[in-house]
Parts: sequence; C-alpha cells; structure tokens
Amino acid sequence: MKFVAVIRQVPDGESRLRIQGDRVDLSGATLILDQMDEYGVEEALRLKEKHGGEAIVVGFGPERTEEAIRTALAMGMDRGIHVVYEGYADPVTVAEALAPILKEESPTLILTGGQQADWDSQALGGALAEALDVPVVAWTTALELEGETARAKHDLDEGAEWVRVRLPAVFTTQQGLNEPRYPTLPGIMKAKKKEIKKVAFQGASRVEILQESIQEKTRLQKILDGKDPVAAAEELVRLLHEEAKVI
Amino acid sequence: MILVVLDHDGNKLRKASLEALTRARKLAEALGEGVAGVLLAEGQAPVEEARGYVETLYVAELGPYTAEKWAAGILEAAKAGVKAIVAPSSRQSRTYMGRVAYALKAGLLEDTLESWAEGSEVYATRYAYLNRVTQKVKSAPPVVLTVKPNTTPLAEPLGQVGQVVALPIPPVSSVEVLERVQEEKKGVSLTEADVVVTGGRGMGGSEAFKQVEELAALLGGAVGATRAVVDAGWRPYSEQVGQTGKTVQPSLYIALGVSGAVQHLAGMNKSKYIVAVNKDPEAPIFKHADYGIVGDVHQVLPALIQAVKKLKD
Repeated sequence: MKFVAVIRQVPDGESRLRIQGDRVDLSGATLILDQMDEYGVEEALRLKEKHGGEAIVVGFGPERTEEAIRTALAMGMDRGIHVVYEGYADPVTVAEALAPILKEESPTLILTGGQQADWDSQALGGALAEALDVPVVAWTTALELEGETARAKHDLDEGAEWVRVRLPAVFTTQQGLNEPRYPTLPGIMKAKKKEIKKVAFQGASRVEILQESIQEKTRLQKILDGKDPVAAAEELVRLLHEEAKVI
Repeated sequence: MILVVLDHDGNKLRKASLEALTRARKLAEALGEGVAGVLLAEGQAPVEEARGYVETLYVAELGPYTAEKWAAGILEAAKAGVKAIVAPSSRQSRTYMGRVAYALKAGLLEDTLESWAEGSEVYATRYAYLNRVTQKVKSAPPVVLTVKPNTTPLAEPLGQVGQVVALPIPPVSSVEVLERVQEEKKGVSLTEADVVVTGGRGMGGSEAFKQVEELAALLGGAVGATRAVVDAGWRPYSEQVGQTGKTVQPSLYIALGVSGAVQHLAGMNKSKYIVAVNKDPEAPIFKHADYGIVGDVHQVLPALIQAVKKLKD
C-alpha cells in the first residue's frame, strides 16, 4: 500500500504580512507546513502504521518548500518529492504539475488539505481527482480502509455524511480527522538522510494575481463595563439599534 | 454561453443562486453571451422557479450529491461551449468546480467578491491569506468562478419562461452515500446569515448554548462556534467559524466568551460590525471589536436577550 500526502508551505497565521510593490511580501513571515496539510501527513502515517506499505510526501512550491517536506519526513514520512515552482500557480496548474508524478507512484490514496492558508483555495483536491480520474471526498473527518474501498465521513455545508468510495481516491483533510504528531528529535535526525526527489515544472498559471492589498478595517472599539450586566446590555442594544443600525 | 449553477434546497432556489445569476448576467453582457442555467436535483428541484431566470435551463436528476456526479452534470451542460461557469460558493461547489475547471483547463476564480470582464478577460477580487488580504486576479476564458454569498444583489426573474432541457448523465458510481448525518436545521444557514452569534470556550458547556440559540433566533441569525467548542463536543463541526470551519461575513457578528485566536478571526474578520463579550479585558477579540462588554457572559447574555426582547416590543 502506498499513501501520499500532498503539501504546501505557507505563512503562519500569526505572522505579520507586508505589502511590497502591490504584492504580499513573505520575507519577514514564519513559514510552516500548512496546518490543513498536516492532517493529511498524520493520516498517511496512521494508515501506513495500520496497513503497512509506504508513506510519501509530495510538496509543490519554491525551493524553501523543502523545509516543509523535511518537517513531514521528521514526522515519519518515508520519502519526499518536491515539484519546484516559483510564484503563484492556480489549483488546476498545480494539479497538472502533480498528475504525472502521482500517476507514476500509483498510490492507494492521496490526502491534501481542505483549504490552503495562503491562497485560500479549496479546489486542489477536486482538481487532482479530475486529473487522475478518481473520486474525491472533501472535508474528511474519518477514514477507514475496507479492501478495495474506503469508508469515510465528511462534512457538507449542512450536516455530514458517510460514504463508501472506490480506491484510489483523493481525500481533503481538516480538523477532526486526527491530531497531528510533533516531529521527534530522532525523527528530525533521520529526516536529514531521507530522499527528496526534485522535479522541475515549466507550466504557467492560468490565473494571474494582479494586485494584493491589506485593508485592516478600523474598529470602533466602544467597550462597555459589564459590572452592571443589565445596564451594559441595554446600552449595547441601543448602540446596535441606533448607531450601527444592525438590529 | 455563460452557464450558472443554480443551487437549491429541494424546494426553492437559494439566495446565493440569485447572486450567482446577477454575476453571470454581468459577464454575459460584457462578453456578448447568453445565460443558461443548470439545476442539479436532489429531491424536488424548483424547475418552474428556475426557468423564470434563464433562457435555457438544463436539468439533471442526479440523486445524492457527489463531486463526480455534479461535475459530470455541469460538464454535460457545458458541452455546447462556455465562456464562463458561475456557481454560488459552498464547500461542495469549491470541490466540484475544481474538477470542472481541470476538465475544461479553465481559469478557476474561487469565492469571488466581485467579478467583471474587460476586453476578453475576466477579472475578480477575492480574499487570500486567511481572509487578511484582498487579491485582484484575472484569467482568460474559459473561466470557472464561484461567488461568495452576501456579496452581490439578487437577480430578478426575466418575465419570460426559459426552455427546459433534460440532461443525459454519464453513469458515475465511484462514491456511494451510505448515511446522511442531518443536523437539525434551526433558522438561516450560517454562511448566508446576516447576523451570527458565536459562543466560545467561555460559554462553559453545551447547556449554555440554549441561550446563544435564543439570542440568534431573536435576531434572525445563525449560531456559530469556535474550534475549542467543537473539539469539546458542545456543538457540531458544521457550526464552526474559522480557518478550519466556515467563513462568514454578516452585518453583525456577536462573539460570546470568544478569546479571538487568529484561526477564528480568519473566519469572521470581514464582518461589518463585531461585538465581543468576554470577562477578560485583555482578550484579543476586543482589539477587533466595534462594540463590547467586559463582563461575565453568563450574566450579560440573559440581559442581552431581555434587552433585545424589550426593543422588539
């Protein structure tokens, strides 16, 4: 069995973002393995521990993405593949870049994050599934292998459902699926020796980013003292009704 | 042709579909195209209502949702050739539109705030970096575009009845829906709600959410929850607001006993007005609030319910 986690490197949500020349400048930001993708790495490791086989991390992005691939290797993934690409690429283009590699690896299943923390895209799972002509289950919160199929629970906009899906398939991951482990010191040492195969990608993004801006909305900051809860509540309701006019 | 995916609740078109129609018409006008709709049924599809909005309405009885079937249905409707496909943004659409975009090798513009055409290219604005950054993006047709709810005026019916075309659907059977875990629907849906009342860890337990529900109902809004609340099992995942949950942008967002972690802010920081109630004056949520009360949520919330009732009388 072969379990693949597709990952990207993104700025930490707590990082300060700056704009330089109409584009986000990440030079001062802390970059991490996307936390949504971390659930996929953890799930690949758990599936391997339970069913045997191999767990592979595939990363897409610039040279620095290697750090995130090493993090996944330190968590326990067996080997890495890095598709090197500078700049922005839309999910269809990323899927085009990854498809030949995934076809060659022919994994049992593929995991990737439900939403990317930099481009806020939720489409990579769907695009990858189409590229490989396999099913996709999005926003997975439970996953069990049953021979040639998997049983999975996933969220919809309203409610959730259990599905049985033919393998291979793509699953997008999220909170609730598992608790990702931390890399251990021996894990970090071992990760340094693990193979990362580099693959260049020459394609171009169909979608172009023209401008990025940060608009921090100035908040009114009218904070009331709640020692007298009734008076404070009445004043707040008055402000929302008469000043903000939202109730 | 501009194709618009008309999402419905098994009874009538969703408000978000009427927003998608407005966007589709705007693109159609600029690009000199007509508008066709596609109605993918599960349960009773509102065919009569939907055909009042488009010249041609493609209808497919697909049964329970899977991304494969929905993508296949849309691609079937798009066979005549499309410049753009527009759908209301949802978890489902952002998955199946990924498939559709790949199949058409189209530019995918997700969760857009605005969209327009200049010359032959399609432009849009959207949020990125956990809702902190606004991007202006463009792509040449074909374009696949999803419309963030509550961003666009609702379309009016055309005053004429469109032609209905039944779609043949290629058999797709790789995903079998075993069991639908329906959550009790109370009031409006979270992503479309104009008022969201969210409880955080400070609520102390699931019992206290009865009052959160009461306040939300009084304001005609929806209940939200933070990750800590969902992790504790007090509320379902479907109510989670934040990076790993839903993104909301209501006129009024009320955060009760919410500390204001970055991951939570990512899901609500674009709300028009933010109200915070927390006993800790240092809680980060107050930095992002328009109005707030520093106080015990267990005393303030019942007082708020009474004050709103008094206002309504």
